[in-house]
Amino acid sequence: MDVIYEWFRLLYQETGINLPFLYDEYDRNRMVDGFLTTVWLSLVCLFFSVIIGVIGAWLQGSSFKWTRRFVNGYIQLFRNTPPLVQLYFFYFAIGTLLPRVENDWGGQSPILGSFAWAAISLSFFAGAFNVEIFRSGIEAVPKSTVEAAEALGFSKLQIYRDITLPLAFRVVLPALNNNLVNLVKTTTLAYAIAVPEMLYEANQIWSDNVNVTEMMIFLLLAYFVLVGVLVGAMNRWERAMKIPGYG
Amino acid sequence: MSWNTSDPMVSLKDVHKSFGDLKVLNGVSLDVMKGDVICIIGPSGSGKSTLIRCINALNDIQQGSILVEGQEVNDPKLNKLELRKKVGMVFQQYNLFPHKTALQNVMMAPVRVLKQDKDAAEKSARALIKKVRLEGKEDAYPGELSGGQQQRVAIARSLAMQPDVILFDEVTAALDPETVGEVLQTIKDLAEDGMTCILVTHEMAFAREVADHIYFTDRGVIVEHGPPDTFFKNAQDPRTKEFLSQIL
Repeated sequence: MDVIYEWFRLLYQETGINLPFLYDEYDRNRMVDGFLTTVWLSLVCLFFSVIIGVIGAWLQGSSFKWTRRFVNGYIQLFRNTPPLVQLYFFYFAIGTLLPRVENDWGGQSPILGSFAWAAISLSFFAGAFNVEIFRSGIEAVPKSTVEAAEALGFSKLQIYRDITLPLAFRVVLPALNNNLVNLVKTTTLAYAIAVPEMLYEANQIWSDNVNVTEMMIFLLLAYFVLVGVLVGAMNRWERAMKIPGYG
Repeated sequence: MSWNTSDPMVSLKDVHKSFGDLKVLNGVSLDVMKGDVICIIGPSGSGKSTLIRCINALNDIQQGSILVEGQEVNDPKLNKLELRKKVGMVFQQYNLFPHKTALQNVMMAPVRVLKQDKDAAEKSARALIKKVRLEGKEDAYPGELSGGQQQRVAIARSLAMQPDVILFDEVTAALDPETVGEVLQTIKDLAEDGMTCILVTHEMAFAREVADHIYFTDRGVIVEHGPPDTFFKNAQDPRTKEFLSQIL
């Protein structure tokens, strides 16, 4: 490793191409932390946005008018407003309304930190799209298949869990892929409320080293690889879920 | 509500059903005794399928009474799940669960709905697949089976719930002519085992062979009914005669 560090230090000295996170331990730790925060924020949001999508699509099929209206209202609100505005709304509007707790230094801290607010906000944002995506999948499941399950005595919940959802999932995977890719990219917005994710840490590094060009190129490639890994995993999953002789 | 086997297992009285302005059933009455095989025949759009779909509450009715083992189906407080444990159904388009293998299709409802032990359910599912002559196809997905094979899996799936009566909704209408026979044979086996069967069918030769009673429907009413011999030889109503002359 030391050889590599030395090589990048030399690269900087000889050419002026400055990638400090590859030879400086302090900057390296910042970059690794930022990367891990981005990955963790992405995973949390992926998980909760899919859960919101699954539950929301189920509630949309409810026989209670107000339940359906509530879900539709949620979708309209989160789909028709910018995610950055939502993030600010959660962090600055809701966040300041909540009670404060005493922190370790005897001061007052908000009950939820910026990471938690970013996770909540982005999950709701992507979840709104996921509800619509799952709904389209549910509508693609033939009514006759559902009827067969009804005739066998399955309950509504059992039909949703065992029949509709597994079939709908296969239909919506390409659309879900798109939305989840967008979600991972949207985690960069958390920068705005000082979540120490990859963009934020890169900004710290370029402020200290005045190497904006290098950091921008690096960031672009880092996200390209990160999203590429997600897409690869989703494509593998899509193939694994394929049913012989179907679709 | 008590019911004993000398009462009709399924009893329809003056059943009316419409979809919006379209009247589909206009006062249908019929009784099915335990062990009976009845066939409902009639032109397209005469309400045959709607009629049997009302029996397991897939369609609701506006007026009249449907009793299944003494239980009123036309009741807003009806426990549909309990009803459907007693009444099995096989559909024209098979409607198998495409993401489950033949074996899983058959054992799924007993495990989920009847809460049967998984090993026991699998054992009886394998026996049923053997009964419908599909041994070796247990692990095939519906998409890998022919229409006739899928329909036999669907029959096994329905049997796995140990219903008291099975509704067959034009189960051979979507099949290739050469696979119709294998499905009809399966139903014939069931009938001979004493299963109560209500069939909507266009297979006249089959109806004549297996049915205890034939009902002819047209425009939402039962025009004529009787045992197959009398029905096919001595139809009285001009509409029945016309229908039979077209298809026989």
